[in-house]
Amino acid sequence: VVGEAIYDGGERVLRTGQSIQLSGYPSRFLNSLIVAITSTVLAVGMGTFTAYAFSRFRVKGEQDLLFFILSTRMLPPIVVAIPMFLMYRAVGMTDTPCRPDHPYTAFNLSFSVWLMKGFMDEIPKEYEEAALVDGYTRLQAFFKIVLPEAATGIAATAVFCFITAWNEYAFALIMTNRNAQTAPPFIPSQVGSGLADWTVIAAGTLLFLLPVAIFTFTLRGHLLRGVTFGAIRK
Amino acid sequence: MTQLDTRSPAARRGMSDIGIRNLFIIPTILFLIVFNIFPLIYSLGYSFTDLSAAASGPVNWVGLRNYRELLNDPYIWNNFVVTAKYVIVSVGGQMIVGFGLALLLNRKIPYKGLITTLLLLPMMMSSAVVGLFWKLLYDPSWGVINYSLGLGKFSWLSNPDAALYAVAITDIWMWSPFVMLLSLAGLSAVPKHLYEAAAIDRASTWYTFTRITLPLVLPLLMIALIFRTMEAFKTFDLAYIMSTQPTAELISIKLYKLAFQQWQTGLSCALAYIVLIMVLAITNIYVKYLNKVKER
Repeated sequence: VVGEAIYDGGERVLRTGQSIQLSGYPSRFLNSLIVAITSTVLAVGMGTFTAYAFSRFRVKGEQDLLFFILSTRMLPPIVVAIPMFLMYRAVGMTDTPCRPDHPYTAFNLSFSVWLMKGFMDEIPKEYEEAALVDGYTRLQAFFKIVLPEAATGIAATAVFCFITAWNEYAFALIMTNRNAQTAPPFIPSQVGSGLADWTVIAAGTLLFLLPVAIFTFTLRGHLLRGVTFGAIRK
Repeated sequence: MTQLDTRSPAARRGMSDIGIRNLFIIPTILFLIVFNIFPLIYSLGYSFTDLSAAASGPVNWVGLRNYRELLNDPYIWNNFVVTAKYVIVSVGGQMIVGFGLALLLNRKIPYKGLITTLLLLPMMMSSAVVGLFWKLLYDPSWGVINYSLGLGKFSWLSNPDAALYAVAITDIWMWSPFVMLLSLAGLSAVPKHLYEAAAIDRASTWYTFTRITLPLVLPLLMIALIFRTMEAFKTFDLAYIMSTQPTAELISIKLYKLAFQQWQTGLSCALAYIVLIMVLAITNIYVKYLNKVKER
């Protein structure tokens, strides 16, 4: 009987698996993945350089610039989405997969500058100064000494950016329709669609939440820093 | 014998520090200007027109009419009142629940790390998913909440009096962990010897709490309070997914409807600017507090 039950359960899992494949989930997951990875790579890449410059060099009006950078992150999504929608339409970019990339990169960028600056400030300046004395150029010192030291910080920042983009709802709702739709606007829309296949919805949602849960556990030591933009380090 | 490098350090470096600084900073600033500031300038222009993104007619300059119309519109004021209620209930709830949880966790308990991380999960989830499954929990005919509270067919989300608070409760569930995380950091930073001294002086628990714990945790609580106030003020996802009640229509939802359902683009740009100025004001306060805590 137990064997039969296991077989039965297994078969049901297989069937759910097949219906997930047939449903709209895989293409939405793929879109979410593409958008999240692209915006993370761009934001963390640029953010790391900028954070280093803010951390090590004298920048005129540093506080104002940093405030400007953070304030772009605080803008309500709908406020930015209205003109962006008009601009994209004017350029003729409708429902192409890279559309939410730009706003995601922009708000992840300001986040990653702040967070990475916190990490950069913690790397002792003496490391690079020693390297400079040894004949390294500033750029060599940055790539060979600072970046490896900042690896943990970069990884944590990247995971935060990925989760933010993966979860984002408002921009995705406004700027994507069918082809480029990511998972967050798709998942709630499935429930109101009449013939709801609950096993598929539940399984799809679980698959969507799984990476976030795993990342949260790997990030647990950096969460405080992440939610305060690097200001509080514990 | 090693040869000494006689060239100056500046000449030896491939690029000057100033060059590297500019190369590292300018692209980021440019990117943010192109994708955030430029759109905002664009929409500032449109906020003085009667543009409708759905119609193809000519666009007329209407001066300050949009702003006048918005500020005289009792419905918009009502949206702001609803938003204020939402902010007070949800942020107030988060502060109480979050700080309470932190006090409970701030002691030696087994699996503390694991429990803390599990409690933090809600705030890492997508509001789309959270909204969806709370909608199921609230469902009048087969939701778990009515079943366990014995409320029968009470419909939370389609009841004009309850909808806003139902959404706020979900927000409390989702974001109390944020307050908890900051409070825990504050609590663990309180030096142990202060408590020992208070115990020697036989200070009451209440006295210890109000004179030692609270003042030392306060800066972090303020950060949590300001940040959550700003985020609650901006709330769109949860309320939009969970309820269609006009009594739960937050200002961002009004903005969304104005822009993308009624297609009153010019008017919505004007409203967006009013909201934007309020958010920037809160951001300014927030950054001041962040920098203050940083310097400690």
